[in-house]
Amino acid sequence: MSVFVRRPGLFTTVQDTGRWGYQRFGMPVAGAMDVFSYRLGNCLVGNKPPLASLEITLTGPELDFLEGCVCAITGADFEVHVDGVEIALNRRFAVRSGQHMWFGRLRSGARAYLAISGGFDVPLVLGSRSTHVASGIGGVDGRALRADDLLKIGRIRGNVLPRVKSTIPRVKLPKGGSKVRVLAGPDSEIFDSVSAKGFVQSRYRITGESDRMGYRLTGDPIPPSDTENVISTAVPVGSVQVPLDGLPIVLMVDHQTTGGYPRIATVISADLPVLGQLQVSDWIEFEVCERSEAIEGLVAQERALMAVGD
Amino acid sequence: MKELPDGWRLSYVGDCVIAAECEQEINPELNNRVLAVARSIRNRARPGIRDVVESYCGVTVYFDPLKVDMASIIFDLRLEIVRCCEVQNCSSDGRLIRVPVCYGGIYGPDLQDVADFAECTKAEVIERHTAVIYRVYMLGFLPGFAYMGSVAPSIAVSRRQTPRLSVPVGSVGIAGRQTGVYPLTGPGGWQLVGRTPVVIVDLGPPMAFVFHPGDKVQFEAVNSEVFDDLSTAV
Repeated sequence: MSVFVRRPGLFTTVQDTGRWGYQRFGMPVAGAMDVFSYRLGNCLVGNKPPLASLEITLTGPELDFLEGCVCAITGADFEVHVDGVEIALNRRFAVRSGQHMWFGRLRSGARAYLAISGGFDVPLVLGSRSTHVASGIGGVDGRALRADDLLKIGRIRGNVLPRVKSTIPRVKLPKGGSKVRVLAGPDSEIFDSVSAKGFVQSRYRITGESDRMGYRLTGDPIPPSDTENVISTAVPVGSVQVPLDGLPIVLMVDHQTTGGYPRIATVISADLPVLGQLQVSDWIEFEVCERSEAIEGLVAQERALMAVGD
Repeated sequence: MKELPDGWRLSYVGDCVIAAECEQEINPELNNRVLAVARSIRNRARPGIRDVVESYCGVTVYFDPLKVDMASIIFDLRLEIVRCCEVQNCSSDGRLIRVPVCYGGIYGPDLQDVADFAECTKAEVIERHTAVIYRVYMLGFLPGFAYMGSVAPSIAVSRRQTPRLSVPVGSVGIAGRQTGVYPLTGPGGWQLVGRTPVVIVDLGPPMAFVFHPGDKVQFEAVNSEVFDDLSTAV
């Protein structure tokens, strides 16, 4: 009883909310790049707490369902057909045994999530099912999906499907780029006023050397003024690190747990989902905000998710 | 509320991380304090805390701002920092781990370069590398990769100009006054002096890490026959 992978797509991995609690051993957190869409999908199919889903990147897979189940596709705006009929995203739908799911054109965004009632049943590694490809753990054998993989579906224990409201919240999918809000610091004092100004006034672009570990940006260089080596410390997702060449790197979910580059700012949690929906060559503009705005953003997302399940 | 002891400061990293940092220097005494603070925060197990990560000179607390008030984490951190600094000798509960290493040859392709840097023989490099009991200050870079110090200044060669695309698992490297063992095969820029057959990250299940923050590590030179025997025994 499972889902058969006919074509894997460009980079499809099993993800959940990440592998928390092991960064002291150098283990990256991983997890969904757009955690809001990941959670929305799970709300729609009644998985409480959220269970492992597929993160689908740029080019989607083709799947054969060997059992019937309830699904939802959230995040990036893909054209998706089930047995030739286009299905609506951000909605719950039933797939019957023997049906075929096909991901076509990507209209906007970068990553979609296929949530399934019961979740994808891959082994738990250190408390999480998230794939971390660089260390070869989690998901299906620590790697992206391949053709002929067979994905087991978790047994559903009393999942109650919520009555879904007609208005479903969703991440505002970026078209060609996005503004991203940051909190300043923690290493603001290492940047002079020219660099600090440049950071918020420049339009950066995501280079091809970008992936789930981080986005390398190109644009106006904003070099740190103090070139003395900073002693490495633990760094979170969303950190905007600036090496000596002055070109920022935004750490994403697969990032190394420690880093030694000066950090000019940190992307607020509420804007990480939209960051996860950007593609190579999309633009980013940074906007400094206050902590209260960052928390309000998170609260609003939490309320929206709670409302789905009413 | 007591003032933070000299040299300590709290810094906010985005909306869901607080770091407590002491003097920016690599020092076993300070690192012991860091580990003690991290341990206490972890033991408090306040709901909403996602992760507590120790590094050379700091403790970084990851939390869910919708589940725990930042002020209560700051309260805990201040309390534990003051408490740990009041203790004269903040002891470490680290274990001593002996790591067999086959130096030079195919196992340590940079041993000659390190000897050239140190203007000594390869045997002397091995002697100096094995003479010190190192301390695991922090883990990072790769799962299970331990940053250990401090390497004798005479063999503290800096990283390679061009990193290797593939460093074999178990390789033992030097980068300045740090030394470490590659837990996985992958890219890396440290100067490789040898290799160990010890499995640094056991993928399990359950997954396990050989090195923990605060552990002591001593490398022991073995020949290639012992290396092969230990490799097959693993």
